Amino acid sequence: MLGFSTADEILAIKLLFATGPSINTRLLVAVLASTALLVAEHRSHQLDFLRASLSFFIDPLKYLVDLPSVLIEQASHSVSTYATLQAENQHLQEERLIRQTQLLKLEALEKENIRLRALLENSFKLGEQVLVAELLAVNTVPYEHIVVVNKGSRFGVYPQQPVLDANGVVGQVFRSLPLTSEIMLITDPNHAIPVQVNRNGLLTIAVGSGQLNRLVLPYLPSNADIRPGDLLITSGLGGTFPQGYPVAVVDDFNAQAEKPFANITATPTAKLDRNRELMIVWSNSTPVPLTTKPATATHD
Amino acid sequence: MTDLYYGFGRIILSIVLAMCLRIMPLPPELAMLNPDWVLLTLIYWSLALPERVGIFHAWTFGLLTDVLTGRLFGQYALAYALVIYICLKLHKRLRQFPLLQQGLFVFFCLLLSQLLLFFIKNLQHPAQLHASFWWPVFTGTICWPLVYTVLRFVRLRKRN
Repeated sequence: MLGFSTADEILAIKLLFATGPSINTRLLVAVLASTALLVAEHRSHQLDFLRASLSFFIDPLKYLVDLPSVLIEQASHSVSTYATLQAENQHLQEERLIRQTQLLKLEALEKENIRLRALLENSFKLGEQVLVAELLAVNTVPYEHIVVVNKGSRFGVYPQQPVLDANGVVGQVFRSLPLTSEIMLITDPNHAIPVQVNRNGLLTIAVGSGQLNRLVLPYLPSNADIRPGDLLITSGLGGTFPQGYPVAVVDDFNAQAEKPFANITATPTAKLDRNRELMIVWSNSTPVPLTTKPATATHD
Repeated sequence: MTDLYYGFGRIILSIVLAMCLRIMPLPPELAMLNPDWVLLTLIYWSLALPERVGIFHAWTFGLLTDVLTGRLFGQYALAYALVIYICLKLHKRLRQFPLLQQGLFVFFCLLLSQLLLFFIKNLQHPAQLHASFWWPVFTGTICWPLVYTVLRFVRLRKRN
């Protein structure tokens, strides 16, 4: 009779004498392994495969955490009254009518644009493909503006892909895992986007401020031709974002007397804190080939 | 009937739950305060069942947390392994401590983990630090009695 009361204690004793590497050795191995991983990933992207395979275990958790908000949304949809649905329907139909009239001339304008560019011997980038992705209600890192969406590399999403919503540029794909992908918003402090002022084509860079409703334009001199209310659109420089999408509206311009650059802030046009649907964009990487010059352009 | 993996399901389940808490959607102000639930859970299990939850478990779950939060690979793994090492070294003494003193210890554990994360973040690219980066350390300490009570209940529930 040894006097052990529970099986647990026997186990504890058994494990007390269990052979194996000492705790110090284990720590050393763990520290070395994580340092190796840190260095390997910082230097190159060779560990993407490992991350992708581990994410198969982890990503279901993100969907699980997202589930309550999906259920709440569905529940609120199912209990909405006939009257609200009718009102919403009418509103949408009106909106559709307005949009359709706006679109009527778009095709003609686009063709005209291609013809004019042909005159200038310039190539034209045509239409982008989009994939609608839904935001997962998860919160990975509080002090960085990174969101998770439910479309990943299985849908062909790749890093640095531009992401839009109905009102403007949202950000770019930061990392694509098989089932989800992480998107860095344009307001992230580490994000910068090349923009131009729609009014006069002035080029600059808009940098994230860390606040969801604020972008900063730190590289414009105090005498730059820019004023509150100016729309900033993507300039297409840098190659990440397709040209011509609205990014932000300038809301404050402060010339600083002693400093070389002005203090300019802008508000993103995209509804960064309210949207659940985002569009991931495939821009046509090969421009439409030059159309043959129209007969009027040649004089001989 | 007893094997090495007795009660392992509960441990895994509690850590998975902690991971869910780690990424739960919160308003931005509260998200700043969301403590590192995974580390708190690991600390509890390493103090309560040091023969089951060791450094390699901590390291593995750290790696999974890296994937979960989209951080550079290995930083949570490193932080968790170090913290759990200290817990394992001191677990006999810590078990005797009252909850208040344990809380103080947990505070330093969380601080150490956050310091390591900050150090690695800084190596990556020097960034200016917002004070809110350190808030999870304090909220984590406040949450410790809760974690302790809940997990103690989970651990002892099926004993008899």
